[in-house]
Amino acid sequence: MTYLITGVRPLGGDPVDVRLDGETIAEIGAPGTLPVGDDRVVPGEGRILLPGLVDLHTHLREPGREDAETVATGSAAAARGGFTAVHAMANTDPVADTAGVVEQVWNLGQSIGLVDVFPVGAVTVGLGGERLAELGAMAESAAGVRVFSDDGMCVSDAVLMRRALEYVKAFDGVIAQHSQEPRLTEGSQMSEGELSGRLGLRGWPAVAEEAIIARDVLLAGHVGSRLHVCHLSTAGSVEIIRWAKSRGIDVTAEATPHHLLLTEDLAATYDPVFKVNPPLRSAADVEAVRAGLADGTIDIVGTDHAPHPVEDKECEWAAAAFGMLGLEQALAVVMETMVLPGRLDWAGVADRMSTTPARIGRRTGHGTPIEVGQPANLVLVDPRARAVVDPAASVSKSRNIPYAGRELPAPVVATFLRGRATVLDGELVGAGPGAA
Amino acid sequence: MATRVLDQSEIQRALSRIAHEILEREKGADNLVLMGIPSRGVPLAQRIAERIRTIEPGAEVPVGALDVTMFRDDLRLRPARALGHTVVPPEGIDGRTVVLVDDVLFRGRTIRAALDALAEIGRPRAVRLAVLIDRGHRELPIRADHVGKNVPTSLRESVRVRLTETDGADEVLIGQDA
Amino acid sequence: MRHLLSAADLGRDDAVLVLDTARELAAVSGRAVKKLPTLRGRTVVNLFFEDSTRTRISFEAAAKRLSADVINFSAKGSSVSKGESLKDTALTLAAMGADGVVIRHGASGAPHRLASSGWISAAVVNAGDGTHEHPTQALLDAYTMREHLAGGAGDLEGLRVTIVGDVLHSRVARSNVLLLHTLGAQVTLVAPPTLLPVGVESWPCEVSYALDDPLPGTDALMMLRVQRERMSAAYFPSEREYARRYGLDARRSGLLPQHAIVMHPGPMNRGMEITAEVADGPRSVIVEQVTNGVSIRMAVLYLLLGGAEIE
Repeated sequence: MTYLITGVRPLGGDPVDVRLDGETIAEIGAPGTLPVGDDRVVPGEGRILLPGLVDLHTHLREPGREDAETVATGSAAAARGGFTAVHAMANTDPVADTAGVVEQVWNLGQSIGLVDVFPVGAVTVGLGGERLAELGAMAESAAGVRVFSDDGMCVSDAVLMRRALEYVKAFDGVIAQHSQEPRLTEGSQMSEGELSGRLGLRGWPAVAEEAIIARDVLLAGHVGSRLHVCHLSTAGSVEIIRWAKSRGIDVTAEATPHHLLLTEDLAATYDPVFKVNPPLRSAADVEAVRAGLADGTIDIVGTDHAPHPVEDKECEWAAAAFGMLGLEQALAVVMETMVLPGRLDWAGVADRMSTTPARIGRRTGHGTPIEVGQPANLVLVDPRARAVVDPAASVSKSRNIPYAGRELPAPVVATFLRGRATVLDGELVGAGPGAA
Repeated sequence: MATRVLDQSEIQRALSRIAHEILEREKGADNLVLMGIPSRGVPLAQRIAERIRTIEPGAEVPVGALDVTMFRDDLRLRPARALGHTVVPPEGIDGRTVVLVDDVLFRGRTIRAALDALAEIGRPRAVRLAVLIDRGHRELPIRADHVGKNVPTSLRESVRVRLTETDGADEVLIGQDA
Repeated sequence: MRHLLSAADLGRDDAVLVLDTARELAAVSGRAVKKLPTLRGRTVVNLFFEDSTRTRISFEAAAKRLSADVINFSAKGSSVSKGESLKDTALTLAAMGADGVVIRHGASGAPHRLASSGWISAAVVNAGDGTHEHPTQALLDAYTMREHLAGGAGDLEGLRVTIVGDVLHSRVARSNVLLLHTLGAQVTLVAPPTLLPVGVESWPCEVSYALDDPLPGTDALMMLRVQRERMSAAYFPSEREYARRYGLDARRSGLLPQHAIVMHPGPMNRGMEITAEVADGPRSVIVEQVTNGVSIRMAVLYLLLGGAEIE
């Protein structure tokens, strides 16, 4: 099957026709100048072509929590959200702290074939924060792990974090830190502030995130390693990253879609769909995160897609699990908060959501330029379509979507993974669950 | 558009006549208790007690108030309403003749509730009913012993009693409901 | 009023209505036949996920005096998983035809979940949720203050109330600050800085770290329970230091004006936040608070369930 995408604007530039043949972009020409032949025509008029999105931070839950999500359902959600690659976090059961588990996840992703699934390896054994996991073995495995994270937990021991940062230099790995000082956040439920005091929910103070980031960037600078900061959420954290970069420290930072759009006021409903770690913050923090993403202080958007079964969210706040879904609405939220208000252009979206995440994960083949000969990992975007978010329509196994009932862009028209359409006309195609 | 059916002096005379009737019927003021039903039954009961004092000097008839809200049978038809004030005279009501006093006797349900309310407080020897206006349309077998004025009305009409103590003037009006 | 979830649900007129209604109903408790027929045929469920014999009995007495049917559900120590606990219990109650649910739960916001989830259509009364609120406690506290200090009528305009203790973890404190402010009283909170919530500066009250200062200008002094376990979480260094700096003893009681009353929501830590001498002394209205609790809860149940259902 070959595809001809007509009259499309790559990264928002001038319209062209693009032909995909095999796994690559075969031809690009002025609109109407390419012969059609047997190509399946995909209308691209009025639409934008971006490199396939790459998520550096996803939870696929398999192995162990298949009641919430599987590699198959998570891949389907990712493809529908315009992603061609996701990095699957290691807090599975068993934890992905050995070559065996990461290869299992790698193979699952390959056989399903809707997106490239790159397993993230745990930093410490069992995420226990005490002993380094076999990072080298995971790097050398078929999964070729380059990103290591205890996400869900913080590597809070300073010595262990130092060793990890040093150790991964040997194979160009990166430690992705979930920055949360554990003692300051025992039993925390929502952001600490006036609202948490009023609602009777234990607070998660901003300093618990900022103090760890400050320590880690100094460590990374000291040992000459690269560091990635997951899901930062506060204005203070953005400032620390800005400072670190100005000192030449090799740090990259990530923000989630929900931290670009939602504020802590939603906790006043006591509806646990808004319970997440790190928590939703103040309007000032949201503004700082947007500004940081716009000026590149925050390098990427990572969804932190965190599926949870209904019973873990349909209860009182304190008993509910932390986390929100994100794969299917990530691009829509970035468009709503950054593109439509003119703070980020399409080239910026491609950079934050595809090229840079691929670079951090050391995955050539994704986030590549839209040029002849490059891998055809692409997403076709309708910049004007809008819809009310309906959780029942999600292809994830879970339903914990915080945007339910909200009107957002509905951008993804088609997704191509190495020249093969995984999504057409907004719906899944062929292989994978929930396909049309 | 409202018509006045009783003016101030007519109300005074009616209350005086009721006071005389009560004394005649009960053969004096001994063992009497007047219980007004809030809100307008209370000042009416006080006025009757004062008339009795004038007619038979030395006769001090205790006056109380009996709020019947909690005993109504139509509570579920409207949002919960505020309670009126209940005052049981120190002498109580056991073995006494209680004269319930209210401004308008209509369907009879308020008085039925008042009888239940009284039963929770004690056991009177007898219960009588004195009202300023009887407008007819009884739905229960209830009748007044002492009536200020019988005013036949249609169900579409409303009867409004105004008293100086509660409304600034004495008069009884009949109006058309919207 | 459809539910009573927070003291903030009540405006001034609503709050005074509750107090006035309670005053009328207090007379019932003094009669030989302590019964009114008003809630006959209504079913009130006491849904207590946290142990509290005192509060549960108070609500039970209130419901029964109004002739309601009472069902007690105690889920403390239940091995039911966290998620099923609240929702499945609620669905069972709905199937039983509960008209009113009185819920006490260890998690802040649980009554809100119950009221807004659509699992039940009953009226919900918050009997204490986590560290969030305890609105009927605040109402009975206000009632007690009104009886002693405001002639038993109207609001609490100008009354000076001092609340002392673990404000951070106290749902009683939160509800009281809100309700007392609504009723026109001036509130001062006294606690060590570690036991005050972040953002307390924005609450409608004053804050003091020293107990002696506000006492001479206090009409009602409310002591809150302080748990000894807070010591191990470093909220204060020792029981002795806490009692010395923030405990109510005879000396501090002597600093209060003549007319002042001493209150405590119970249960008390005698010797910690209050000495036995003061707890049992002439200023103390602690036992009366319990009695007033029944009248207040009768008033709340009547106002929520006694009339037509409010949409």
